[in-house]
Amino acid sequence: MLEISQTFVDAIVAQSREEYPDECCGVILGPEGSGKAQRLKPMINAAHSPTFYEFDPKDLLALYREIDDNDEEIVVIYHSHTETEARPSRTDIAYAGEPGAHYVLVSTREEIAPAIEFRSFRIVDGVVTEEEVSITE
Amino acid sequence: MCAMSIDIRIPTILRPYTKDQKSVQAEGANLGALIAHLDANYPGIGERLLEDGALRRFINVYINDEDVRFLGSLDAQVKDGDSVTILPAVAGG
Repeated sequence: MLEISQTFVDAIVAQSREEYPDECCGVILGPEGSGKAQRLKPMINAAHSPTFYEFDPKDLLALYREIDDNDEEIVVIYHSHTETEARPSRTDIAYAGEPGAHYVLVSTREEIAPAIEFRSFRIVDGVVTEEEVSITE
Repeated sequence: MCAMSIDIRIPTILRPYTKDQKSVQAEGANLGALIAHLDANYPGIGERLLEDGALRRFINVYINDEDVRFLGSLDAQVKDGDSVTILPAVAGG
């Protein structure tokens, strides 16, 4: 289960609308070993694409250095799908490189009600498992 | 010339190969040699980094702060005191 604050949910949904028609992306960090999603860090989609997202390799290194310096971990990796369902695509599964992270997907496609646009998954060794999202506050 | 030992930071997803060590040492004058040495000590890790003799698209490798794709990839030279960081790309569709 992913526990996440309403503030972060709102911020991620807002970011996905701002960056539409491109996919948006980012992470939520927490103290190392805690699994708690405490610090939202929007990232730039270096691909600037409606069908692909990628952290810039320089930003990626800086992010991991920051995490190391702060004794943090990546708790959530999120991105938006602009016209499709909020579940991992084949590409998402192929690239998923953080087995400990919650992979959050938000869809900006208009016909889906907001309540079901925000979903969370574990992706481990190519196996996708959806999990409950518990929104706090 | 004596072999140089380089510190290599291993990402979580590859730590099953390194007995959960966050960083390991390897020797070599360039990145290709380092990876070959790494794979000799931790069999299987090389295949996770390379495909058809080149770095996999979704693996980022840095020498100090520089992305090796700008340094010649597997031919990128390393020298004593350098550190190598391996990170999985954060990307998808």
